[in-house]
Amino acid sequence: MSENPSLTAFPRRDLLKAGGALIVGCVLARSSTAQLLAVSGDAAAGAPDPKSLDTWIAIHSDNTATIFFGFVELGQGNSTALLQIAAEELDLDMLQVKSVPIETGVTPNQGGTVASGSIDRGGPQIRAAAAEARFTLLALASKHLQAPVDRLTISKGIVSVKGGAKESVTYGELIGKVRFDVPVTGTAPLKPFTEYKVVGARLQRRDIPDKVTGKWTFVQHVRLPGMLHGRVVRPRGQGAYGSGARVVSIDRDSIRNIPNVELVRLGDFIGVTAPIEWDAIRAAQELKVIWDETPTLTGNARLYDQMRASETIDEVITENPAIQAALGNATHVVSQTYRGPYQSHAPFGPNCAVAQVTKDSALILCSSQSVYDHRATLASLLGMPVAKIRVQYHEGSGTYGHSCYDDVSQAAAIMSQKVGKPVRVQFMRWDEHGWDNYGPAHLAEVKAGVDSNGKIVAYEYQAWQHTWSITETSQQLTGAPPRETSGGRSQNLSPLNSGSMYDIQNVRRVNHRVPGINGFLKGSYLRSPLDISISFASEQTIDELAYVAEMDPYEFRRHNMTDLRWLEVLNAVARAAHWTPAKAASKLSNSKIVTGRGIAVGTHLTSYAAAVAEIEVNKETGLIIAKHMYGAIDAGQAVNPEFVENQINGMLIQATSRILKEEVTFSRTRVTSLDWDSYPILRFAEHPEVTPIVVQRLDQRSTGAGEELLGPAAAAIANAFFDATGVRLRQYPLTPARVLAAMRS
Amino acid sequence: MDAKLQITVNERPWTVTSSPDTPLLYVLTNEMLLQGPRFGCGLGQCGSCSVLLNGVEIRSCIMPVSAAQGKSVTTLEGLAALYGKQKQLAKAPALHPVQQALIDEQAVQCGYCYNGMIIKASELLSKNSQPTEAQIRTAMNGHLCRCGTYPRLMKAIQRASRMVSEVHK
Repeated sequence: MSENPSLTAFPRRDLLKAGGALIVGCVLARSSTAQLLAVSGDAAAGAPDPKSLDTWIAIHSDNTATIFFGFVELGQGNSTALLQIAAEELDLDMLQVKSVPIETGVTPNQGGTVASGSIDRGGPQIRAAAAEARFTLLALASKHLQAPVDRLTISKGIVSVKGGAKESVTYGELIGKVRFDVPVTGTAPLKPFTEYKVVGARLQRRDIPDKVTGKWTFVQHVRLPGMLHGRVVRPRGQGAYGSGARVVSIDRDSIRNIPNVELVRLGDFIGVTAPIEWDAIRAAQELKVIWDETPTLTGNARLYDQMRASETIDEVITENPAIQAALGNATHVVSQTYRGPYQSHAPFGPNCAVAQVTKDSALILCSSQSVYDHRATLASLLGMPVAKIRVQYHEGSGTYGHSCYDDVSQAAAIMSQKVGKPVRVQFMRWDEHGWDNYGPAHLAEVKAGVDSNGKIVAYEYQAWQHTWSITETSQQLTGAPPRETSGGRSQNLSPLNSGSMYDIQNVRRVNHRVPGINGFLKGSYLRSPLDISISFASEQTIDELAYVAEMDPYEFRRHNMTDLRWLEVLNAVARAAHWTPAKAASKLSNSKIVTGRGIAVGTHLTSYAAAVAEIEVNKETGLIIAKHMYGAIDAGQAVNPEFVENQINGMLIQATSRILKEEVTFSRTRVTSLDWDSYPILRFAEHPEVTPIVVQRLDQRSTGAGEELLGPAAAAIANAFFDATGVRLRQYPLTPARVLAAMRS
Repeated sequence: MDAKLQITVNERPWTVTSSPDTPLLYVLTNEMLLQGPRFGCGLGQCGSCSVLLNGVEIRSCIMPVSAAQGKSVTTLEGLAALYGKQKQLAKAPALHPVQQALIDEQAVQCGYCYNGMIIKASELLSKNSQPTEAQIRTAMNGHLCRCGTYPRLMKAIQRASRMVSEVHK
C-alpha cells in the first residue's frame, strides 16, 4: 500500500514519537501518496480506544504535546479552543500543544462535528484526559524529584519543588520517549476554574494567518499524484427525494471531441473523468443525456398544502389536559399559521473530495463532518471492509450542516474504483445548490392565550415537516434505496424552542411527521435545524400576546419567565440595545420609510440566546433592511469569548439572510434555485451592524454556541416588522413581494 | 496548438500548457499550484476566484487564459509584493495591510471567500486609500460571504485603510 512500508509498520503512537512533524506536515497540498499513507500505521483499525490515555495525548521529548480530538475545524475556532482546554489542564503554554488532522484510526471517534458539540461534548473528554495526564506526570515527577506531589508545582510542563529546591524535570524528560499506558479513569482532579489562565482568554485563532495568505490547504487544493479530475453528470436540480434521476439515454458521441475523457456509469450515476480539469468540466456540460422528466414535485406554490394534506405520523410531545379549558378562559387568544421554506446550506465553495480506491484499499480525503460514519457508508458503497478504508478530513468551505460533502466523496470513490486511478471530484455550483440536503420546510399552527394580568395561560403548537434523508444522492443513483430517518432531536418540533422558556401551565405540542420520500426534496440538518421556522412562529405568537395584553414585548417576556439564565440573557441584549419600554407598533408613521425594533429569545439544544433587531422598511418597495442586530448568548463557560463573539456575528448575519432572502425554489420537475442569482443571500452592502454579547459563566458547563441565535435573531426581525408597520408576516423569507402583499391586505 | 501562450503571474513569466480557452483559474490552480484563487461558482457571481489583472480585479473562473496574455496577473500570493512596489517601499512587507488587518480583527471564519475579499479590498485601497463606509459597501458588494463575516471585514478594511494612509505620511 505505502511506498514506505517501514513507516507503516510502526504502531501509531510510536510513529508519532518518531516523527510528530511529519504528521503535521501531511496536509500539504503537494504531499506525496507515501506521506499521506504513512500518517498512521494502524489507520485501518477501528477508532482508538477512548479509555486509553494514549488515545488523547502524546507527550514528546521536546516537552510539547499532541492532542488528539475527533472534532473538525469548520471555521468556528474549535481546534484552537480544544487546545486551550488541554493546555490549561496540562499546565502547558499554547505554543507547546498541537493537534493532528482528523482521520479514521488516528483520532478518536467523538461522534460527528454536529449540534455545536465540539466544546459541549468534546471539551469534557479532552479536559478529563489532560487532567489524567497531569496527574500521571505529577506521580512520575514525585518519584523523580523525591518530593511529595503536594510540594510540586508546574509551569509550562516543567515540574519543580515548591520553596527553593533547584531541581526540576520536564514532562518530556518524564515520558517523552514512552507511552502513558494508563486508562482515563475520569477521577483525576480537575483544576478549579478560579485558577484558569488559558481557558476564558481571548486568544487568536491558529488557522487565520494561513487563511489570509493562501497557505491554507482547503480540500479543494488537495492533489494526489496521477490524479484525474472528475465531475458528476446530473439533471440541473433534483426532483423528489426517492425518485432519483432516471437516465433515458446517453449520447457518448457528444463528448468524443474532448480528449482522454472516461465516462463512468453505474445505474443512473454518471460521471466523467479527464486528466485536465477543464476537459472534465466541458465533458460534464456537453455530454448529452436525456433524463426522465416525469413530474415528481408539487412546485413551491402547493408545498404547504401538500404537507398539511399528507398522511402524517403524529406524536403528542406535550399535553396538559386542561389546555382547551385554559384557551377557553383566556382573556385574549391568538391563533395563526406560519410557513418556513426549504433552505440550502449553499457552502461558498462547492464540496470537493479526492479518492484513491484500489482493489483492496481506499484512501478518501474529504470534508466529512463524521469520518467514522462516512467510512461505514463507503464500505457498503465500495463493497470493501471498513478496515481497508481510511478517511481523512480536510477543511472545505463553511458548510453549516450536512451539505454535499459525503455525496461528493462517494462520487469520487465510485469514479476512482471504476477508473483505477485517484480521482478528484469538485461539485459545480449547480450540483451543490441543486442536489443539497436542504433544511426541511416547516408548517406551524400556533394558538396561545393570555389572561387579564398579562400571564400566558395556554400555548399550543402543531408542527408539520418531514425528516432527513439517509441515502446520499450518489449512492442512491447507483441503485441503493432511498431511506429517511424516523424523527428525533432536531427533526421534530423542539420543545426547547417552542415556549419552554416561559412559565406556561397549559401546553400542547404535537408533531406531524410528513413522509418525505417521493414527493418532497431531500432534507437534512441545516444549522440550528427547524429553529428559524419555530422561532418565527413561536416568538411572533408571544409578541402578539404582548400586543393584545398591551405590554412592551420585552417586559411581557420578563413577566412570563422565572428562569434566571433566560432572564439574564434577555436583559443583556435589551441593555446593549438600550431598549426603552413601549408597546409594539405604537409609533406608526405615514412616511415611506419606517423603522421598527423587535426582540426574541430562543435556543437550539442547549444554551440561552436573545436578540434585538432594528430595521427599516420601505413601504413603497417592500424592502426590509436590517440596520443593527444585537445578539446575546449564555453558553456557560465560554472557553474563548472571542470565538463566541465571532459565532454570534455570523449567526446574526446568516439569520438576517435566511429570514429576508433565502428560499429553495422548485418546479413540478426539479429544483430551480441553482446559483447565487436564483438563491440570493445577504450581500456585503446589505449587512447590518452587529453587537455580540457573551454572558460568561466560568463556573458552568460549556454548552453549544454555534446555532442558538439563528432562531431568535430571525424572529426579532419579524417582530420588528410588526413594530414598524403594524402588520404581521406569517411566511418567510420576508421578500419585498410578500411585504407588499401583506401591507395591501 | 500554435505558439505557446505566455502570461506573467506575480512577476513570474509562465508558459501556459493549457488550451487558450481554459479559464485562467485552472491555469493558476492546476499548472502553477497557487492556492489563493479558488473555485466558487464558475459563473463570475461570487468572487472567490478573483485576481488582479494589471491591477484591476477580475473573475478568473470566466476569463480565458488567452485574455491574460501580455498582462500582469497578481494573485493573493503576490499581493504583498505588489503593494511594496506600489508604495515604493525598500522591502515588500510580509503581508498586505488588508491581510494584517484581517488577522488583527480576527475577521475570518471558514476563510474560503477571503481570497476574493482581500483582492477586492486591496484594489479599492489602491485607488482610494480612505474610502467611506458607503464606498466600502459598494466596492465589496460583488463578493459574497456565507459565514456572515461582513461586519468584521468592514472593520478590517477600515483598519487597513488607516495603515495604508500612514505609509503615505
